[in-house]
Amino acid sequence: MTTEVQKMIEEKNADLPLIVIKKLEKKLESGKLKKKDLGKVMDRVMDVYEKAKIEPGEGVGVLAAQSIGEPGTQMMMRTKHYAGTAMDVTKGLPRLIEIFDARRTPKTPMMTVHLTKEYNTAEKAEALAHSIKETQIRHIAKSLKLDFLKYRIVIDLNKEELKKRGLTPKVLETIIKEKFEKQASLEKDTLIIKAPKKVASVLQKLRGEVLKTHLSGIKGVTYVVIQKEDRNYMVYTQGTNLPDILNVKGIDPKKTKTNDIKEIERVFGIEAARHMLVEETKDTLKDAGLVVDYRHVSLVSDAMCADGAIKAIGRHGISGSKASVLARASFEETVKHLLKASAYGEVDGLKGVVENIIVGQVIALGTGVPELIMKTEEKKSKK
Amino acid sequence: MTEDFISKRINSIKFGILSPKMIKKMAVVKIIAPDTHDTDGYPIKSGLMDPRMGVIDPGLRCRTCKSKMGDCPGHFGYIELARPVIHSGYAKMVYNILRATCKDCSRILLPQKTIDEYKEKMQDTLGSGEFEEIVAAAIKDAKKHKKCPHCKATKHKIKLDKPTTFNESNQRIMPTEVMERMENIPDDDIILFGLNPEWSRPEWMVLTLLPVPPVTTRPSITLETGERSEDDLTHKLVDIIRLNQRLRENIEAGAPHLIIEDQWELVQYHVTTYLDNEVTGVPTARHRSGRPLKTLKQRLKGKEGRFRHSLAGKRVDFSARTVVSPDPNISIDEVGIPFKIAKEMTIPERITPGNKETMRELVLVGPDKYPGANYLIRPDGKRKKITEENKEELAEEIELGYLVERHLRDNDIVLFNRQPSLHRMSIMAHRVRVLPYNTFRLNLSVCAPYNADFDGDEMNLHVPQTEEARTEARLLMSVQTQIRSPRFAGPIIGAIHDHITGLYFLTINKLTEKMANDILARAGYTGEPLKTEGGLINGKDIFSAFIPKGIFLKFKTKSGEPVVIKDGKMLQGFVDDRSVGAMGGRLLDEVLRKCGPTGVKHFLDSVTKLGIAYLDLLGFTTGIDDEDLPDNTKTAIDDTMKKSSKRIDELIEEYASGKLKPSKGKSVRDTLEELIMLELNKARNNAGELAEKQLKKDNFALAMAKTGARGSLLNITQMSACIGQQVVRGKRIMRGYADRTLPHFSEGSLGARAHGFVKSNYKSGMDPIEFFFHAMGGRESLTDTAMRTPKSGYLQRRLINAMQDIVVDYNETVRDGRGIVIQFKYGDDGVDPSKSDHGRSVNVTKIIKDEVGE
Repeated sequence: MTTEVQKMIEEKNADLPLIVIKKLEKKLESGKLKKKDLGKVMDRVMDVYEKAKIEPGEGVGVLAAQSIGEPGTQMMMRTKHYAGTAMDVTKGLPRLIEIFDARRTPKTPMMTVHLTKEYNTAEKAEALAHSIKETQIRHIAKSLKLDFLKYRIVIDLNKEELKKRGLTPKVLETIIKEKFEKQASLEKDTLIIKAPKKVASVLQKLRGEVLKTHLSGIKGVTYVVIQKEDRNYMVYTQGTNLPDILNVKGIDPKKTKTNDIKEIERVFGIEAARHMLVEETKDTLKDAGLVVDYRHVSLVSDAMCADGAIKAIGRHGISGSKASVLARASFEETVKHLLKASAYGEVDGLKGVVENIIVGQVIALGTGVPELIMKTEEKKSKK
Repeated sequence: MTEDFISKRINSIKFGILSPKMIKKMAVVKIIAPDTHDTDGYPIKSGLMDPRMGVIDPGLRCRTCKSKMGDCPGHFGYIELARPVIHSGYAKMVYNILRATCKDCSRILLPQKTIDEYKEKMQDTLGSGEFEEIVAAAIKDAKKHKKCPHCKATKHKIKLDKPTTFNESNQRIMPTEVMERMENIPDDDIILFGLNPEWSRPEWMVLTLLPVPPVTTRPSITLETGERSEDDLTHKLVDIIRLNQRLRENIEAGAPHLIIEDQWELVQYHVTTYLDNEVTGVPTARHRSGRPLKTLKQRLKGKEGRFRHSLAGKRVDFSARTVVSPDPNISIDEVGIPFKIAKEMTIPERITPGNKETMRELVLVGPDKYPGANYLIRPDGKRKKITEENKEELAEEIELGYLVERHLRDNDIVLFNRQPSLHRMSIMAHRVRVLPYNTFRLNLSVCAPYNADFDGDEMNLHVPQTEEARTEARLLMSVQTQIRSPRFAGPIIGAIHDHITGLYFLTINKLTEKMANDILARAGYTGEPLKTEGGLINGKDIFSAFIPKGIFLKFKTKSGEPVVIKDGKMLQGFVDDRSVGAMGGRLLDEVLRKCGPTGVKHFLDSVTKLGIAYLDLLGFTTGIDDEDLPDNTKTAIDDTMKKSSKRIDELIEEYASGKLKPSKGKSVRDTLEELIMLELNKARNNAGELAEKQLKKDNFALAMAKTGARGSLLNITQMSACIGQQVVRGKRIMRGYADRTLPHFSEGSLGARAHGFVKSNYKSGMDPIEFFFHAMGGRESLTDTAMRTPKSGYLQRRLINAMQDIVVDYNETVRDGRGIVIQFKYGDDGVDPSKSDHGRSVNVTKIIKDEVGE
């Protein structure tokens, strides 16, 4: 069904953003805008929109970079406790740097787990949070001894802890047997694991491996916090593992997210990663009490994702993979780029900004974009 | 002159490795002598300072191109090396090529079919990251082959002994042999290494001829004593030539192999350090004084290197720098310039029939008096300096078509800048106001975008020299065009400090007619007389006199009171930070939308003057007596402190007896900390509130804090009531001795005072213990700023570098330097945030109200 507004837009051949159209429709519906006035209002809206438009040649990249970089000086360096708990989350400038660096893992990986309607109660959230938290052997060991005579590891189990984490010795036994096969055995409250070779160093190595053996929960989740926000219970985790958490029953897979953007890219793809990049940057800036227009944040994110994989801001990312030799050389690792360019016989097309500054030419930005040449002689002859 | 505008453009720059042929071709002299000058001080022929390589002495002419110093770019020479040496920068590439080629047939170690496959993949990828990936894959693939697929020869393992020595199964491959192997690789195989047979044959990575850069790139300096001091590069080249000569003599004399190899190795060392003096594993070449030499790589590299220091950033003419100071009487788009500078900085003006006489007068005044002129440029381009002696003569000479470089005068357009230039508002165009004294003067409202204050800040000034530059500056860079920041789509320029306090007091008071007339005159009011009520004029009406008609606005002040402005009349409320302040003044924003840049400029100019004028009448000051509190309040504050400390003692007691319940996700200890922090915060807030209640309504400090002019309520609290908890790393102070912060406390003490709570205020002063903790907290915030500045600076540099080529195209798409689409429409709606309505493209509600009425 075409609405009055849509009809009018067609009639006037207007090009308006969707938000504005929706707003007009809403105003029309609520009666705040009469049908007879629509034409008049539409003309004004079109006029205002036309005047607010960005001009061709505007160096929006620099604009975005400045708009995000400039408030960086005002940002704090501290890491903050998450919502008054013992969980640390990187915030402020370090987080901003981390986002633009496109690190493989963030300094403080964290997931925000939303729950489905059925699980949205205090007890169920508690239970779910508990089941998510990873249990390794080290968590349930009361003591651990390296027996160098028999080349084995002897672990005393902490029964209370075992119970708290919802594990029974039987379950434990099967997991252990699966991993260490015949070398492992469970006798009463002690776990014994034999070394495959009777060498001291092997035993030492085995110790670490044994302690980190995954028993239950989700790998990588070291800590969980339950928080009630509005009417919803949320679970925050320290450590992230998106593929695994998505299989947990009771979580809302549509809303659950992680602050590890590379993981988002791996699991959901580049579009989701771009979205997360925008959200995380926006949150970080907002958290520091800074107002930065959405356009700048989205442009930086789009620039980072334009090639189909997240590229960092810096020499290993966008700046390092520029087409222009001079642009790369003037950023970092000058000589390396020059030597490489010479070997490969590269050609610098002098299309960008720095290249033209270097050779002393007008740059292709703003008023340097139009290429208009007037022949003065012809004009004279006409006279 | 018109031809100058259609200038030639460099279309592209091709990179390649110099071939020996090319080196010889571009050289004008073969350098043989290892010395620069003879005993008489003349340059030695065929020496490193051979005059054929260019001129560095003023007055002399180049022996090769006959131009003067400055016009002659210099000419290369070359050194013939007795034995080839490896170019250290390409050692790794040579190593890869050696390992991936057959030593017998010199083919790449890949079957023909694979070669063709790689070639196909490589097509048209040069310059992209993909290219390098393919090359790396091809080399890796080739290295895997143990046998040559072409001649079936077995490959021996080659090792690179860094930096430039190659060994094949413990047998040294001398550079001569390396070169031989390289020479034999067919052009078709070279491509797979990423090389270009025409521009970069691999054998050129082994140097047989060494280009000698022109003397202009390594000028020698004559010291006051008459001694000559040569450039680092010259020193290095002397070493190379000397050792090369010795090597050649030894070879000719038929010296034993071992000696020749030793000498050869020395030449290699000197060439390596000549190219790069920071190669790992090679001792750095040093000057006689022990200072490491700055050789080729060091010249290019880093912040002070050729690229960042001399090419991407250049020094410019027509610029000035001095201290800035405030001047509330000039307009926001003006800048005060000292006479001294105005006489030094010039604008070239072409003589037309219209200005011939005025220009002649300027020439007649000469360069020393203001306003005069410094130079005359004849139509043939000859430049003539105007002096006291020749000024009459030159004034007579003036004709149409001459250019006069006249002094800067009022209303000229100049660019004004303060570093660090973090955003585009750090460089804006101002109109000149030539003023006495020695500082640049600027209006206080533009302090915010420049982030300037007057504690010794210096700023730069640039004078655009062409008509189009000035026009662009005026139209695009003027202060009034930059009022709305593109960062948050609100005004960044606005009233500050006293402007706001002044306007606040004005809009809450009534004035006598005389007072009103005084301040209206100072603000430059020219309209109708304002209406009086019993001999008094409402301050709101005075303020309203400057609000343009047609402004309708409803918003809240900082303290939450409603402000109503109807058709340019302030009906309710008062002025504060929220209405006219820098960083988001609502009224300012609306005036900008309604009246455009010039409109706000006038509004801001007159309104700020109005504020200051009223404050002058009123008298305004703040001092410690603003924080005076009556005795009973002091005791009340003491009581709250005591109560808090009692409550904390209770908490500690509870904790010690194990009764304290942990809050979820926390240990008991952390819970205690949290509760104590909460309690102490509450204590300070209570104290602050008690103090605030006692401060009268016309308290100056309070007025400033409440209107957002300067300072905050926290500042007042800390001065008058209680400084509060000192924090290090987001926690109470925990460091110091074992189990205690200072020896003054018992071990394990958890009390407020023992962990950095300061209950004194700044007015009464702190006791030694409090002072110590306060210093700890203060130091943390200092180190924090010291760490933050370089970090955020680097982030900004990276961001700019990564994003600088992104432009909006004519078809609305946003593209990067490669022409790849980044966004199809900028920010999804194609709207410029600095032209938007608080980030929105169109404010529909407002338009409906405007068009239809309520």
